[in-house]
Amino acid sequence: MNLTDQATPKIRIRGLHKAFGDKVVLDGLDLEIGVGESVVVIGGSGTGKSVLLKCILGLLHPEAGSIEIDGEEVVGLRERERDRVLRKFGMLFQNAALFDSLSVWENVAFGLVEGAGMALAEAEEIAIDKLAAVGLGPDVGQLQPAELSGGMRKRVGLARAIATGPEVIFFDEPTTGLDPIMGDVINDLIIKCVQELGATALSITHDMASARKIADRIAMLHDGKIIWAGPVAEIDASGSAHVEQFIHGRAEGPIQMQLRAL
Amino acid sequence: MSLFALTALAHCVRPPFYPRLIGRQMIEIGYYSLPVVGLTAIFTGMVLALQSYTGFARFSAESAVPNVVVVSITRELGPVLAALMVAGRVGAAMAAEIGTMRVTEQIDALDTLATNPFKYLIAPRLIAGLTMMPLLVVVADVIGVFGGYVVSVYKLGFNPYIYLKNTIDFMEVQDVVSGLVKASVFGFLITLMGCYHGYNSRGGAQGVGAATTNAVVSASILILSFNYLITEMFFSK
Repeated sequence: MNLTDQATPKIRIRGLHKAFGDKVVLDGLDLEIGVGESVVVIGGSGTGKSVLLKCILGLLHPEAGSIEIDGEEVVGLRERERDRVLRKFGMLFQNAALFDSLSVWENVAFGLVEGAGMALAEAEEIAIDKLAAVGLGPDVGQLQPAELSGGMRKRVGLARAIATGPEVIFFDEPTTGLDPIMGDVINDLIIKCVQELGATALSITHDMASARKIADRIAMLHDGKIIWAGPVAEIDASGSAHVEQFIHGRAEGPIQMQLRAL
Repeated sequence: MSLFALTALAHCVRPPFYPRLIGRQMIEIGYYSLPVVGLTAIFTGMVLALQSYTGFARFSAESAVPNVVVVSITRELGPVLAALMVAGRVGAAMAAEIGTMRVTEQIDALDTLATNPFKYLIAPRLIAGLTMMPLLVVVADVIGVFGGYVVSVYKLGFNPYIYLKNTIDFMEVQDVVSGLVKASVFGFLITLMGCYHGYNSRGGAQGVGAATTNAVVSASILILSFNYLITEMFFSK
Protein backbone atom coordinates (compact mmCIF):
# COMPACT_ATOMS: atom_id res chain seq x y z
CA MET A 1 0.00 0.00 0.00
CA ASN A 2 1.74 3.12 -1.17
CA LEU A 3 -0.08 6.26 -0.19
CA THR A 4 2.68 8.77 -0.78
CA ASP A 5 0.91 10.27 -3.78
CA GLN A 6 -1.85 11.56 -1.52
CA ALA A 7 -2.07 15.33 -1.12
CA THR A 8 -0.97 15.62 2.53
CA PRO A 9 1.15 12.79 3.88
CA LYS A 10 1.04 12.15 7.63
CA ILE A 11 4.73 12.89 7.94
CA ARG A 12 6.87 14.65 5.34
CA ILE A 13 10.57 15.10 5.95
CA ARG A 14 12.63 17.27 3.64
CA GLY A 15 16.40 17.77 3.64
CA LEU A 16 16.88 16.88 7.29
CA HIS A 17 20.40 17.59 8.62
CA LYS A 18 21.66 16.67 12.05
CA ALA A 19 25.25 16.53 13.24
CA PHE A 20 26.87 15.96 16.62
CA GLY A 21 30.05 18.00 16.55
CA ASP A 22 31.96 16.95 13.43
CA LYS A 23 29.99 13.76 13.04
CA VAL A 24 27.23 14.22 10.46
CA VAL A 25 24.45 11.76 11.24
CA LEU A 26 21.59 12.86 9.00
CA ASP A 27 22.66 14.49 5.75
CA GLY A 28 19.70 15.74 3.77
CA LEU A 29 17.21 13.00 4.57
CA ASP A 30 13.88 12.91 2.69
CA LEU A 31 11.00 10.65 3.69
CA GLU A 32 7.24 10.66 3.32
CA ILE A 33 4.81 8.52 5.25
CA GLY A 34 1.19 8.33 4.14
CA VAL A 35 -1.84 8.25 6.44
CA GLY A 36 -2.34 4.76 7.87
CA GLU A 37 0.84 3.48 6.30
CA SER A 38 3.43 1.36 8.12
CA VAL A 39 6.97 2.29 7.14
CA VAL A 40 10.04 0.52 8.45
CA VAL A 41 13.42 2.23 8.27
CA ILE A 42 16.28 -0.26 8.17
CA GLY A 43 19.95 0.47 8.49
CA GLY A 44 23.05 -0.56 10.38
CA SER A 45 23.77 0.34 13.98
CA GLY A 46 24.85 3.93 14.38
CA THR A 47 23.42 5.13 11.06
CA GLY A 48 21.09 7.59 12.78
CA LYS A 49 17.81 5.70 12.84
CA SER A 50 17.06 6.68 16.44
CA VAL A 51 18.21 10.23 15.74
CA LEU A 52 15.60 10.41 12.97
CA LEU A 53 12.80 9.43 15.36
CA LYS A 54 14.04 11.85 18.01
CA CYS A 55 14.13 14.70 15.48
CA ILE A 56 10.52 14.03 14.51
CA LEU A 57 9.49 13.97 18.16
CA GLY A 58 11.38 17.21 18.82
CA LEU A 59 13.69 15.58 21.37
CA LEU A 60 16.60 16.62 19.15
CA HIS A 61 16.76 19.79 17.09
CA PRO A 62 17.91 19.35 13.48
CA GLU A 63 20.30 21.93 12.01
CA ALA A 64 18.39 22.20 8.76
CA GLY A 65 15.43 20.75 6.95
CA SER A 66 11.72 20.54 7.53
CA ILE A 67 9.43 18.04 9.20
CA GLU A 68 5.72 18.36 8.53
CA ILE A 69 3.07 16.47 10.47
CA ASP A 70 -0.33 16.64 8.73
CA GLY A 71 1.08 19.49 6.66
CA GLU A 72 2.13 21.47 9.76
CA GLU A 73 5.80 22.40 10.18
CA VAL A 74 7.00 21.12 13.57
CA VAL A 75 10.68 22.11 13.56
CA GLY A 76 11.11 25.01 15.98
CA LEU A 77 7.61 24.83 17.45
CA ARG A 78 7.08 26.53 20.80
CA GLU A 79 6.53 24.42 23.87
CA ARG A 80 2.75 24.61 24.01
CA GLU A 81 2.20 23.84 20.33
CA ARG A 82 4.74 21.05 20.58
CA ASP A 83 2.76 19.45 23.41
CA ARG A 84 -0.32 19.55 21.19
CA VAL A 85 1.53 17.87 18.31
CA LEU A 86 3.09 15.31 20.66
CA ARG A 87 -0.37 14.15 21.70
CA LYS A 88 -0.70 12.66 18.22
CA PHE A 89 2.27 10.39 18.90
CA GLY A 90 2.93 7.23 20.83
CA MET A 91 6.36 5.70 21.07
CA LEU A 92 7.71 2.31 22.05
CA PHE A 93 11.29 2.82 23.22
CA GLN A 94 14.07 0.35 22.60
CA ASN A 95 14.30 -0.79 26.20
CA ALA A 96 10.70 0.22 26.87
CA ALA A 97 11.86 3.17 29.08
CA LEU A 98 9.23 2.40 31.73
CA PHE A 99 9.20 4.79 34.70
CA ASP A 100 10.58 2.62 37.47
CA SER A 101 9.17 4.79 40.23
CA LEU A 102 5.63 3.93 39.08
CA SER A 103 3.74 0.63 38.96
CA VAL A 104 2.97 -1.01 35.62
CA TRP A 105 -0.60 0.31 35.34
CA GLU A 106 0.52 3.81 36.35
CA ASN A 107 3.03 3.62 33.53
CA VAL A 108 0.36 2.68 31.02
CA ALA A 109 -2.02 5.33 32.35
CA PHE A 110 0.67 8.05 32.46
CA GLY A 111 -0.24 9.74 29.17
CA LEU A 112 -3.92 9.72 30.10
CA VAL A 113 -3.44 11.17 33.58
CA GLU A 114 -0.58 13.65 33.09
CA GLY A 115 -1.06 14.43 29.40
CA ALA A 116 -4.84 14.38 29.02
CA GLY A 117 -5.82 15.08 32.66
CA MET A 118 -8.03 12.02 33.13
CA ALA A 119 -9.20 10.88 36.58
CA LEU A 120 -7.12 8.09 38.11
CA ALA A 121 -9.88 5.49 38.43
CA GLU A 122 -10.95 5.91 34.83
CA ALA A 123 -7.36 5.83 33.61
CA GLU A 124 -6.71 2.64 35.59
CA GLU A 125 -9.60 0.92 33.82
CA ILE A 126 -8.26 1.90 30.41
CA ALA A 127 -4.76 0.83 31.46
CA ILE A 128 -6.04 -2.62 32.45
CA ASP A 129 -7.83 -2.83 29.07
CA LYS A 130 -4.66 -1.91 27.21
CA LEU A 131 -2.65 -4.44 29.20
CA ALA A 132 -5.20 -7.08 28.21
CA ALA A 133 -4.79 -6.00 24.58
CA VAL A 134 -1.10 -6.89 24.76
CA GLY A 135 -1.84 -10.15 26.56
CA LEU A 136 -1.09 -9.17 30.14
CA GLY A 137 -3.50 -9.78 33.02
CA PRO A 138 -4.67 -7.16 35.55
CA ASP A 139 -2.35 -8.70 38.18
CA VAL A 140 0.64 -7.54 36.12
CA GLY A 141 -0.65 -3.98 36.49
CA GLN A 142 0.21 -4.02 40.19
CA LEU A 143 3.84 -5.05 39.64
CA GLN A 144 6.83 -2.73 39.46
CA PRO A 145 8.67 -2.50 36.10
CA ALA A 146 11.82 -3.99 37.68
CA GLU A 147 9.92 -7.26 38.25
CA LEU A 148 9.16 -7.76 34.54
CA SER A 149 11.01 -9.81 31.94
CA GLY A 150 12.27 -8.23 28.71
CA GLY A 151 9.28 -9.39 26.66
CA MET A 152 6.82 -8.17 29.30
CA ARG A 153 8.54 -4.78 29.48
CA LYS A 154 8.20 -4.42 25.71
CA ARG A 155 4.52 -5.30 25.91
CA VAL A 156 3.92 -2.82 28.73
CA GLY A 157 5.80 -0.23 26.67
CA LEU A 158 3.50 -1.01 23.75
CA ALA A 159 0.43 -0.70 25.98
CA ARG A 160 1.68 2.70 27.15
CA ALA A 161 2.33 3.80 23.57
CA ILE A 162 -1.23 2.97 22.44
CA ALA A 163 -3.04 4.04 25.63
CA THR A 164 -3.83 7.55 24.45
CA GLY A 165 -5.04 6.35 21.04
CA PRO A 166 -2.27 8.08 19.08
CA GLU A 167 -2.50 8.79 15.35
CA VAL A 168 1.17 7.94 14.81
CA ILE A 169 3.16 5.27 16.63
CA PHE A 170 6.95 4.99 16.57
CA PHE A 171 8.68 1.71 17.27
CA ASP A 172 12.37 1.87 18.14
CA GLU A 173 13.91 -1.57 17.58
CA PRO A 174 10.77 -3.38 18.80
CA THR A 175 12.25 -6.89 18.66
CA THR A 176 15.86 -6.23 19.65
CA GLY A 177 16.98 -8.27 22.64
CA LEU A 178 14.05 -10.70 22.52
CA ASP A 179 14.05 -14.36 21.58
CA PRO A 180 12.65 -15.08 18.08
CA ILE A 181 9.30 -16.29 19.36
CA MET A 182 8.74 -13.34 21.68
CA GLY A 183 9.95 -11.13 18.83
CA ASP A 184 7.21 -12.51 16.62
CA VAL A 185 4.63 -12.08 19.39
CA ILE A 186 5.60 -8.41 19.53
CA ASN A 187 5.38 -8.16 15.73
CA ASP A 188 1.85 -9.57 15.80
CA LEU A 189 0.86 -7.20 18.60
CA ILE A 190 2.25 -4.25 16.68
CA ILE A 191 0.26 -5.19 13.57
CA LYS A 192 -2.89 -5.72 15.62
CA CYS A 193 -2.60 -2.50 17.60
CA VAL A 194 -1.77 -0.39 14.58
CA GLN A 195 -4.72 -1.81 12.65
CA GLU A 196 -7.17 -1.39 15.52
CA LEU A 197 -6.18 2.23 16.00
CA GLY A 198 -5.94 2.91 12.28
CA ALA A 199 -2.63 4.53 13.15
CA THR A 200 0.32 5.44 11.02
CA ALA A 201 3.44 3.53 12.06
CA LEU A 202 7.11 4.32 11.69
CA SER A 203 9.50 1.65 12.93
CA ILE A 204 13.25 1.42 12.92
CA THR A 205 14.95 -1.93 13.12
CA HIS A 206 17.76 -4.04 11.79
CA ASP A 207 15.76 -7.24 12.24
CA MET A 208 14.72 -8.13 8.69
CA ALA A 209 12.17 -10.75 9.74
CA SER A 210 10.41 -8.10 11.81
CA ALA A 211 10.69 -5.52 9.03
CA ARG A 212 9.14 -7.83 6.43
CA LYS A 213 6.29 -8.63 8.76
CA ILE A 214 5.20 -5.21 9.99
CA ALA A 215 6.06 -3.00 7.01
CA ASP A 216 3.93 -1.80 4.12
CA ARG A 217 6.98 0.00 2.85
CA ILE A 218 10.67 -0.27 3.70
CA ALA A 219 13.24 2.51 3.52
CA MET A 220 16.96 1.99 3.91
CA LEU A 221 19.03 4.60 5.75
CA HIS A 222 22.71 4.82 4.89
CA ASP A 223 25.18 7.71 5.20
CA GLY A 224 22.46 10.00 6.53
CA LYS A 225 20.18 9.58 3.51
CA ILE A 226 17.39 7.27 2.46
CA ILE A 227 19.15 5.35 -0.32
CA TRP A 228 16.23 3.10 -1.23
CA ALA A 229 12.52 2.99 -0.45
CA GLY A 230 9.82 0.76 -1.79
CA PRO A 231 7.03 -1.67 -1.02
CA VAL A 232 8.03 -4.61 1.13
CA ALA A 233 7.37 -7.03 -1.74
CA GLU A 234 10.07 -5.36 -3.83
CA ILE A 235 12.85 -5.51 -1.26
CA ASP A 236 14.33 -8.69 -2.72
CA ALA A 237 14.52 -7.05 -6.13
CA SER A 238 15.67 -3.64 -4.99
CA GLY A 239 18.50 -3.37 -7.49
CA SER A 240 20.57 -1.69 -4.77
CA ALA A 241 23.82 -3.32 -3.74
CA HIS A 242 23.55 -1.69 -0.30
CA VAL A 243 20.09 -3.12 0.34
CA GLU A 244 21.14 -6.54 -0.96
CA GLN A 245 24.10 -6.61 1.38
CA PHE A 246 22.00 -5.53 4.35
CA ILE A 247 19.08 -7.91 3.95
CA HIS A 248 21.40 -10.84 3.45
CA GLY A 249 23.68 -9.77 6.25
CA ARG A 250 26.97 -10.00 4.37
CA ALA A 251 30.20 -8.52 5.67
CA GLU A 252 31.43 -7.94 2.11
CA GLY A 253 29.82 -5.28 -0.03
CA PRO A 254 29.56 -1.54 -0.53
CA ILE A 255 28.83 -0.92 3.16
CA GLN A 256 32.14 -1.13 4.99
CA MET A 257 32.08 -1.41 8.75
CA GLN A 258 34.77 0.77 10.21
CA LEU A 259 36.99 -1.68 12.01
CA ARG A 260 40.28 -0.86 13.54
CA ALA A 261 43.13 -3.37 13.47
CA LEU A 262 44.18 -4.38 16.93
CA MET B 1 24.01 26.07 33.55
CA SER B 2 22.47 29.47 34.26
CA LEU B 3 20.08 28.89 31.36
CA PHE B 4 19.14 25.58 32.98
CA ALA B 5 18.59 27.35 36.31
CA LEU B 6 16.40 30.04 34.74
CA THR B 7 14.31 27.51 32.80
CA ALA B 8 13.89 25.45 35.95
CA LEU B 9 12.86 28.51 37.98
CA ALA B 10 10.36 29.55 35.33
CA HIS B 11 8.77 26.13 35.54
CA CYS B 12 8.60 26.41 39.35
CA VAL B 13 6.27 29.40 39.16
CA ARG B 14 4.15 28.46 36.14
CA PRO B 15 1.35 25.86 36.26
CA PRO B 16 0.70 22.98 36.02
CA PHE B 17 2.04 21.99 39.43
CA TYR B 18 2.37 18.49 40.77
CA PRO B 19 1.47 18.75 44.49
CA ARG B 20 1.83 15.00 44.99
CA LEU B 21 5.39 15.02 43.63
CA ILE B 22 6.31 18.16 45.57
CA GLY B 23 5.00 16.49 48.73
CA ARG B 24 7.01 13.35 48.08
CA GLN B 25 10.20 15.36 47.56
CA MET B 26 9.52 17.41 50.70
CA ILE B 27 9.32 14.22 52.71
CA GLU B 28 12.44 12.86 51.01
CA ILE B 29 14.48 16.02 51.64
CA GLY B 30 12.97 17.24 54.90
CA TYR B 31 11.86 14.25 56.90
CA TYR B 32 14.42 11.64 55.90
CA SER B 33 17.31 14.07 56.38
CA LEU B 34 16.34 14.74 60.00
CA PRO B 35 18.51 12.00 61.59
CA VAL B 36 21.70 12.91 59.77
CA VAL B 37 21.18 16.66 60.25
CA GLY B 38 20.27 16.15 63.92
CA LEU B 39 23.37 14.07 64.63
CA THR B 40 25.60 16.57 62.83
CA ALA B 41 24.11 19.43 64.82
CA ILE B 42 24.32 17.86 68.24
CA PHE B 43 27.98 16.86 67.94
CA THR B 44 28.87 20.23 66.44
CA GLY B 45 27.20 22.04 69.33
CA MET B 46 28.93 19.80 71.85
CA VAL B 47 32.42 20.17 70.43
CA LEU B 48 31.89 23.88 69.98
CA ALA B 49 31.13 24.31 73.68
CA LEU B 50 34.12 22.19 74.66
CA GLN B 51 36.58 23.94 72.35
CA SER B 52 35.48 27.48 73.14
CA TYR B 53 35.58 26.69 76.85
CA THR B 54 39.17 25.42 76.74
CA GLY B 55 40.14 28.30 74.45
CA PHE B 56 38.46 31.01 76.49
CA ALA B 57 39.82 29.61 79.75
CA ARG B 58 43.17 31.11 78.75
CA PHE B 59 41.62 34.58 78.94
CA SER B 60 39.32 33.71 81.83
CA ALA B 61 36.40 34.37 79.50
CA GLU B 62 34.61 31.05 80.02
CA SER B 63 31.28 32.78 80.51
CA ALA B 64 31.20 33.65 76.81
CA VAL B 65 30.61 30.01 75.85
CA PRO B 66 26.78 30.22 75.45
CA ASN B 67 27.14 33.35 73.31
CA VAL B 68 29.73 31.78 71.06
CA VAL B 69 27.70 28.62 70.68
CA VAL B 70 24.45 30.32 69.74
CA VAL B 71 26.03 32.79 67.32
CA SER B 72 28.19 30.19 65.57
CA ILE B 73 25.40 27.68 65.25
CA THR B 74 22.69 30.00 63.97
CA ARG B 75 24.89 32.07 61.68
CA GLU B 76 27.26 29.53 60.22
CA LEU B 77 27.52 25.98 61.41
CA GLY B 78 23.82 25.11 61.41
CA PRO B 79 23.12 26.08 57.80
CA VAL B 80 26.50 25.14 56.32
CA LEU B 81 26.92 21.74 57.94
CA ALA B 82 23.27 20.79 57.43
CA ALA B 83 23.57 21.80 53.77
CA LEU B 84 26.77 19.80 53.25
CA MET B 85 25.15 16.73 54.77
CA VAL B 86 22.01 17.17 52.67
CA ALA B 87 24.15 17.69 49.56
CA GLY B 88 25.74 14.31 50.15
CA ARG B 89 22.45 12.62 50.88
CA VAL B 90 19.90 14.27 48.62
CA GLY B 91 22.01 15.84 45.84
CA ALA B 92 23.68 12.52 45.09
CA ALA B 93 20.41 10.60 45.11
CA MET B 94 18.79 13.12 42.76
CA ALA B 95 21.67 13.07 40.30
CA ALA B 96 21.68 9.26 40.30
CA GLU B 97 17.91 8.97 39.86
CA ILE B 98 17.55 11.60 37.14
CA GLY B 99 20.77 10.43 35.48
CA THR B 100 19.48 6.87 35.29
CA MET B 101 16.20 8.16 33.86
CA ARG B 102 18.21 10.03 31.24
CA VAL B 103 20.35 7.09 30.11
CA THR B 104 17.41 4.66 30.05
CA GLU B 105 15.40 7.11 27.88
CA GLN B 106 12.80 7.66 30.59
CA ILE B 107 13.18 11.43 30.23
CA ASP B 108 12.57 11.14 26.48
CA ALA B 109 9.54 8.99 27.28
CA LEU B 110 8.19 11.69 29.63
CA ASP B 111 8.58 14.25 26.88
CA THR B 112 6.87 11.97 24.35
CA LEU B 113 3.93 11.56 26.73
CA ALA B 114 3.47 15.34 26.56
CA THR B 115 4.84 15.90 30.07
CA ASN B 116 7.59 18.47 30.49
CA PRO B 117 10.50 16.91 32.43
CA PHE B 118 11.34 20.30 33.94
CA LYS B 119 7.85 20.52 35.41
CA TYR B 120 7.54 16.89 36.39
CA LEU B 121 11.05 16.10 37.63
CA ILE B 122 12.95 19.27 38.35
CA ALA B 123 10.48 21.90 39.60
CA PRO B 124 9.12 19.70 42.45
CA ARG B 125 12.67 19.03 43.65
CA LEU B 126 13.69 22.69 43.55
CA ILE B 127 10.54 23.78 45.38
CA ALA B 128 11.08 21.11 48.02
CA GLY B 129 14.75 22.10 48.41
CA LEU B 130 13.93 25.81 48.77
CA THR B 131 11.29 25.22 51.43
CA MET B 132 12.59 22.26 53.41
CA MET B 133 16.19 23.38 54.00
CA PRO B 134 15.21 26.33 56.26
CA LEU B 135 13.02 23.99 58.33
CA LEU B 136 15.89 21.54 58.64
CA VAL B 137 18.17 24.36 59.73
CA VAL B 138 15.71 25.50 62.42
CA VAL B 139 15.89 21.95 63.77
CA ALA B 140 19.69 21.95 63.45
CA ASP B 141 19.90 25.28 65.32
CA VAL B 142 17.80 24.03 68.22
CA ILE B 143 19.65 20.71 68.47
CA GLY B 144 23.06 22.39 68.09
CA VAL B 145 22.37 24.83 70.89
CA PHE B 146 21.06 21.97 72.96
CA GLY B 147 24.31 20.04 72.35
CA GLY B 148 26.30 22.99 73.62
CA TYR B 149 23.99 23.27 76.61
CA VAL B 150 24.42 19.60 77.54
CA VAL B 151 28.22 19.75 77.51
CA SER B 152 28.35 23.11 79.32
CA VAL B 153 25.95 22.12 82.05
CA TYR B 154 26.87 18.50 82.67
CA LYS B 155 30.58 18.53 81.91
CA LEU B 156 31.79 22.09 82.35
CA GLY B 157 29.61 22.92 85.35
CA PHE B 158 27.64 25.90 83.99
CA ASN B 159 24.47 26.93 85.76
CA PRO B 160 21.63 25.74 83.48
CA TYR B 161 19.46 28.78 84.11
CA ILE B 162 22.21 31.30 83.41
CA TYR B 163 23.36 29.38 80.35
CA LEU B 164 19.88 29.48 78.82
CA LYS B 165 19.36 33.11 79.78
CA ASN B 166 22.66 34.10 78.15
CA THR B 167 21.77 32.11 75.06
CA ILE B 168 18.42 33.81 74.66
CA ASP B 169 19.71 37.29 75.51
CA PHE B 170 22.51 37.00 73.03
CA MET B 171 20.53 35.48 70.16
CA GLU B 172 19.60 38.11 67.61
CA VAL B 173 16.89 37.95 65.00
CA GLN B 174 19.38 38.83 62.29
CA ASP B 175 21.56 35.83 63.14
CA VAL B 176 18.70 33.42 62.72
CA VAL B 177 17.27 35.14 59.65
CA SER B 178 20.60 35.19 57.86
CA GLY B 179 20.97 31.48 58.64
CA LEU B 180 17.56 30.71 57.19
CA VAL B 181 18.20 32.76 54.05
CA LYS B 182 21.41 30.80 53.62
CA ALA B 183 19.52 27.56 54.14
CA SER B 184 17.03 28.39 51.42
CA VAL B 185 19.76 29.34 48.95
CA PHE B 186 21.72 26.18 49.81
CA GLY B 187 18.60 24.04 49.38
CA PHE B 188 18.14 25.54 45.93
CA LEU B 189 21.80 24.98 45.01
CA ILE B 190 21.81 21.36 46.18
CA THR B 191 18.71 20.39 44.23
CA LEU B 192 19.75 22.45 41.21
CA MET B 193 23.14 20.70 41.03
CA GLY B 194 21.54 17.29 41.53
CA CYS B 195 19.03 17.91 38.75
CA TYR B 196 21.46 19.64 36.39
CA HIS B 197 24.11 16.94 36.50
CA GLY B 198 21.55 14.15 36.40
CA TYR B 199 19.63 15.71 33.52
CA ASN B 200 22.79 16.15 31.45
CA SER B 201 24.40 12.82 32.25
CA ARG B 202 25.57 10.75 29.30
CA GLY B 203 26.71 7.25 28.60
CA GLY B 204 25.46 4.55 30.93
CA ALA B 205 26.52 3.60 34.42
CA GLN B 206 29.80 5.49 34.29
CA GLY B 207 28.06 8.68 33.20
CA VAL B 208 25.60 8.41 36.08
CA GLY B 209 28.48 7.85 38.50
CA ALA B 210 30.25 10.96 37.21
CA ALA B 211 27.00 12.95 37.44
CA THR B 212 26.59 11.93 41.08
CA THR B 213 30.14 12.95 41.97
CA ASN B 214 29.84 16.25 40.11
CA ALA B 215 26.53 17.03 41.78
CA VAL B 216 27.94 16.62 45.29
CA VAL B 217 31.26 18.36 44.62
CA SER B 218 29.77 21.33 42.79
CA ALA B 219 26.98 21.70 45.35
CA SER B 220 29.51 21.67 48.21
CA ILE B 221 31.76 24.26 46.58
CA LEU B 222 28.77 26.47 45.74
CA ILE B 223 27.47 26.18 49.31
CA LEU B 224 30.79 27.35 50.74
CA SER B 225 31.21 30.22 48.28
CA PHE B 226 27.61 31.43 48.56
CA ASN B 227 27.99 31.18 52.33
CA TYR B 228 30.69 33.84 52.14
CA LEU B 229 28.68 36.04 49.78
CA ILE B 230 25.55 35.94 51.91
CA THR B 231 27.54 36.53 55.10
CA GLU B 232 29.08 39.59 53.51
CA MET B 233 25.65 40.81 52.43
CA PHE B 234 24.24 40.55 55.95
CA PHE B 235 27.14 41.45 58.19
CA SER B 236 29.73 43.60 56.44
CA LYS B 237 29.29 47.18 57.51
